[in-house]
Amino acid sequence: MSETAAFFDVGVEDGILRLVAKGDWRARHLGRVDAQLRDFSDDSVGRELVIDLSNLERLDTTGAMMLQRTFFACGSRSQLSKYIGGSDAQRALLDQVSSHLAPCHVTPFQPNAFLAMLNRLGLGVMDAYHATLQLMSFIGFTLASAFRVLTRPSHFRWTSTFHHMEEAGLNAIPIVGLMSFLIGAVVAFMGARILQLFNADIFTVELVGISVLREFGVLLTAILIAGRSGSAFTAQIGSMKIREEIDAMRVLGLEPMEVLVLPRVFALVIMLPAIAFIAAMLGLIGGGLVAWLAMDISPALFLARMQETIIMNHFWAGLIKAPFFAFVIAVIGCFQGMQVEGSSESLGQRTTLSVVQSLFLVIVIDAFFAMFFLEIDF
Amino acid sequence: MTPDMDHRHTDHGVDHVIDVRGLRTQFGDFVVHDNLDLGVRRGEILGVVGGSGTGKSVLMRAIIGLKIPAAGTVNVFGQNYYEADEEETLGIERRWGVLFQGGALFSSLTVAQNIMAPIREHLKIEGELAKDMAALKISMVGLAAEAGAKYPSELSGGMNKRAGLARALALDPELLFLDEPTAGLDPIGAAKFDELIVNLKESLGLTVFMVTHDLDTLHAACDRVAVLAEKRVIACGPLDEVRRNAHPWIQEYFAGPRGRAALTAKAGQGELRIG
Repeated sequence: MSETAAFFDVGVEDGILRLVAKGDWRARHLGRVDAQLRDFSDDSVGRELVIDLSNLERLDTTGAMMLQRTFFACGSRSQLSKYIGGSDAQRALLDQVSSHLAPCHVTPFQPNAFLAMLNRLGLGVMDAYHATLQLMSFIGFTLASAFRVLTRPSHFRWTSTFHHMEEAGLNAIPIVGLMSFLIGAVVAFMGARILQLFNADIFTVELVGISVLREFGVLLTAILIAGRSGSAFTAQIGSMKIREEIDAMRVLGLEPMEVLVLPRVFALVIMLPAIAFIAAMLGLIGGGLVAWLAMDISPALFLARMQETIIMNHFWAGLIKAPFFAFVIAVIGCFQGMQVEGSSESLGQRTTLSVVQSLFLVIVIDAFFAMFFLEIDF
Repeated sequence: MTPDMDHRHTDHGVDHVIDVRGLRTQFGDFVVHDNLDLGVRRGEILGVVGGSGTGKSVLMRAIIGLKIPAAGTVNVFGQNYYEADEEETLGIERRWGVLFQGGALFSSLTVAQNIMAPIREHLKIEGELAKDMAALKISMVGLAAEAGAKYPSELSGGMNKRAGLARALALDPELLFLDEPTAGLDPIGAAKFDELIVNLKESLGLTVFMVTHDLDTLHAACDRVAVLAEKRVIACGPLDEVRRNAHPWIQEYFAGPRGRAALTAKAGQGELRIG
């Protein structure tokens, strides 16, 4: 029999409890026996107990632990309690585990659910407060360092900056361009349907022009860059933090702010407006193409109408937001990276936070700009 | 006589838990091992030593199925891991435990949960028994009960290694792989670790495959020593035998200042025991 299960018999001999362990007492067979054995030892606390091992085929640490647990729970203090039978190796194993029977903690201490909820709420509020302060101070520190570097250009990391310009900027152009092109087309389609009802097809040009130039081009770019590069910044800096590379930089006299943060911030602040410009142009092309194919507004007419009705303000209103978005995305990406601590789980949390926060702030800033432009009639 | 035949001759009739024959591993064009033979006997602690970059860890990874060999066979428990089907590989994996260099604990789980993970997965044991098993392993490797509730990031390097060992022991393996178990431990911690391994080996009947740099560990714990150099095992046998090998690296390793110091320490211990 290769797969005998573990089981045990209980009897009484000369008034002493006798437990006969039989079969294969290795962990894989013990799941079912455990409950029975616990019941047995609960019922026989303090009684004398003889454990007979002569029918035991195999034993591992788990089996030995369960036998010893039972033995100690019952009458280990009595002279009459003892083990009989069993090989030397099995006895040695029983000895080995006997000093390791204390239970251990499995999870950190947790108070009751209501208190835990209050606790979490309080901690959440405090966290938000501290995080805001820290973010403010990080932004301030970034600006101060940027100013210092601008006054001393020899401290500026050109190579790194160009690397990030390529990585976060140039390489993002295809996907940002494609998205913007499609959105331009979709806006034109949607507008065309409604405007045709009023015989106002030609207003599709204004619809596409204004929405793409003012909002969609730059906003789409910012959203994609936040997802693409903001998260990458957090992951890069965060894993460096975990591997103590940031500490190594500090002791070597390299300022992480100068080496890691500023190149990323500058790279995005330079590249995001450029990509936003390309995105806006591709959005117009997408809208124009749909206008041409679906509504017979020829490209020449589309352009003429644009020149006639859309003033440069719309274009500038969109583009002027780009550096602000870029700054927020890069700073939050780096800030969250710096906040990573210890585990890979923290890295994951911070990366999520980085994307969520930068998207949130991008939208908030966008709303502020919208209100501001409305007020100043721009 | 070729080294290969010699190897078979000397180990004739010995029960090998791990049997590596003609192993070649390579990364791209870079060959790490070529025609490497190694046998690990049941119930022994084999120490694998070699200079940096001789592929000690790669050899371990080739045996445990993490680095696919370019040629040769690797038999563990008499089965070829790389030719076994899914069920067989699972069967092999349940019989071995691996301690990685950094402990490799799952960072999202507490120490106790780390140990319970393989118990739940492979033995389908939950609840109190799983907790008791985790507590047993934690205590056996010399950690305090409180350590069970800690996350790996809250532990020191030595505690991480012990916790990693506890997880490796979770399923009561027959075969234990240790990758530099004492590296990064303080001398007292390292000595205790050696003692722990020897104790576990004796009480559980373990076979241990240990990659190490530590001369003291070789003296204190290992039954046999395998030396890796020139892409193969250049010597394998009891420490005293290997030390007499004329190969320059072996001479430098054992006769260097650290090798001599470890040896004197051991001789001193021996005298003390006699006296």
